[in-house]
Amino acid sequence: MNSRRRTMLVAGAAGIALAGLPLRVLAQAAAPAAQPEMTADQWVAEFAGGAEVTDGDGVTLTAPEIAENGNTVPISVDAPGATEILLVASGNPVPGVAKFTFGPLAGNQAVSTRVRLAKTQDVMAIAKFTDGKVVRAKSNVKVTIGGCGG
Amino acid sequence: MADNVKPRVRVPKTASKDEVITIKTLISHQMESGQRKDKDGKVIPRSIINRMTVEFNGQSVLDMTLEPAISTNPYVEFQAKVPESGEFKFTWYDDDGSVYEDVQKIEVA
Repeated sequence: MNSRRRTMLVAGAAGIALAGLPLRVLAQAAAPAAQPEMTADQWVAEFAGGAEVTDGDGVTLTAPEIAENGNTVPISVDAPGATEILLVASGNPVPGVAKFTFGPLAGNQAVSTRVRLAKTQDVMAIAKFTDGKVVRAKSNVKVTIGGCGG
Repeated sequence: MADNVKPRVRVPKTASKDEVITIKTLISHQMESGQRKDKDGKVIPRSIINRMTVEFNGQSVLDMTLEPAISTNPYVEFQAKVPESGEFKFTWYDDDGSVYEDVQKIEVA
């Protein structure tokens, strides 16, 4: 128990130290991690599966205009009648954020969660409907302090 | 580091038939993104919860895929329809293979 607590303390201290680093250092740290990740458009294309993605009604994305702390940004999506929703943060090292698949007992097709945003960027919610339509909603979020990586 | 992972789930104790209820879930987890480096410049390997499922009496409510962009201590709020008395089963899948579960009963009056 005692040793575990110590590990936690060390881990916590490391986290705090990292959080305190100047932004430039963080940016450098994030840059070389550019593995062959999929781009935001590729995430969207894979999710849409060949269907045309339209910007339009049916999807409501609620995100703050300004997020002081990019490490935890509250995001809500509401897409009545959707079967699946994909959240994409176009400016993150890994643009995919989360995918929600609703089952028969979902009360409605709305979810709220908290995400990391590396910098000021467009956040997108793409919803797939039973009739095959794929609809996108977009919202720009200004980030004051970027979330540490992905 | 699968220490100290603790799911917390809020489900109402009772509901009327076919009522739509709000469920809030939170699981304590560091969600290491795989983007950060330690002080020696080595990348801290990714370690996140990559999937969460919610079922009611065996029927799916929500199946969520999580990427590293989900914040530390993943929080999810959603709604479910309650056709009868029963149990909500929450399951979280960790990158390291661990599976965390929580079960909440609800009575339909």
